[in-house]
Amino acid sequence: MSSLLLWFFCAAALAGGVLMLLARHPMRVALALIGCMISLAGIYALLGVHVIAVFQVLIYVGAVMVFMVYVIMLLDLRDASFLERYGPNIVPAVVLAALLAAALGAAAGNGRIVTAADLALYHGGRDGAAFEVAPFSREFLERYWLHFELTSVLLLAAVVAAIAVIRTGRRRDG
Amino acid sequence: MDRTQLLLGLAFALFSLGFVGVMVRRNALVMLMCMELMLNGVILSLVTFAERSATFSGAVLVFLVFVVAAAEIAIAIPIVLLLGRQKRTLDVGAYSELKG
Repeated sequence: MSSLLLWFFCAAALAGGVLMLLARHPMRVALALIGCMISLAGIYALLGVHVIAVFQVLIYVGAVMVFMVYVIMLLDLRDASFLERYGPNIVPAVVLAALLAAALGAAAGNGRIVTAADLALYHGGRDGAAFEVAPFSREFLERYWLHFELTSVLLLAAVVAAIAVIRTGRRRDG
Repeated sequence: MDRTQLLLGLAFALFSLGFVGVMVRRNALVMLMCMELMLNGVILSLVTFAERSATFSGAVLVFLVFVVAAAEIAIAIPIVLLLGRQKRTLDVGAYSELKG
């Protein structure tokens, strides 16, 4: 059952990624990306990494993508990029990406990224129980509290930078 | 097929799809979303390895990457908004004076 669900979520994530390339309107691309991200959250939950599944839904779908959808509605520009999806360099881009995918897939298939010995070793490890919410939270806030606090500095810097970008743009406009 | 290999394959596929999207699509917002797709592929591989090795540090790193992604979007969106307002288009072909 769990492996069937895993295959289902993998297929859904892949379908979302492909739809992103095919959809014309940015809003549909955003919806495809949201579907892909929710499928990834399902995969994380199936792996037993519940905390990251919740982060994925809260931060990515809840914050980043809502922001993105909001901007798409706010701008609502009708321009050439809506009618014509692809730019001029589509053939070299697809060839390059196919080469990249083939190289990555071959490296994984040859066992250069995960060897059979690695897999055997990993299977002997604890099976996901380490990532349940209570042990993870205890470890996170005991050992990594400084990193957690430092992220707030990064977020503050990002907010200040966003305000600065908007300010300079407004000054130039008028 | 092993679960780790399946998830790594999915991560590679998502990264490649996002790569194609960034190179091919013309809309600046869509390119931004394709970059998010690439980032999601990388995060999937990170989570797979973290889960396999059953260490907390990998999961903590994923949390930090999430925060960095949120900060990145918070800065990238205003830039795209300004470009869209100034040029009245989101077509990246119109931003030709950005080239070095």
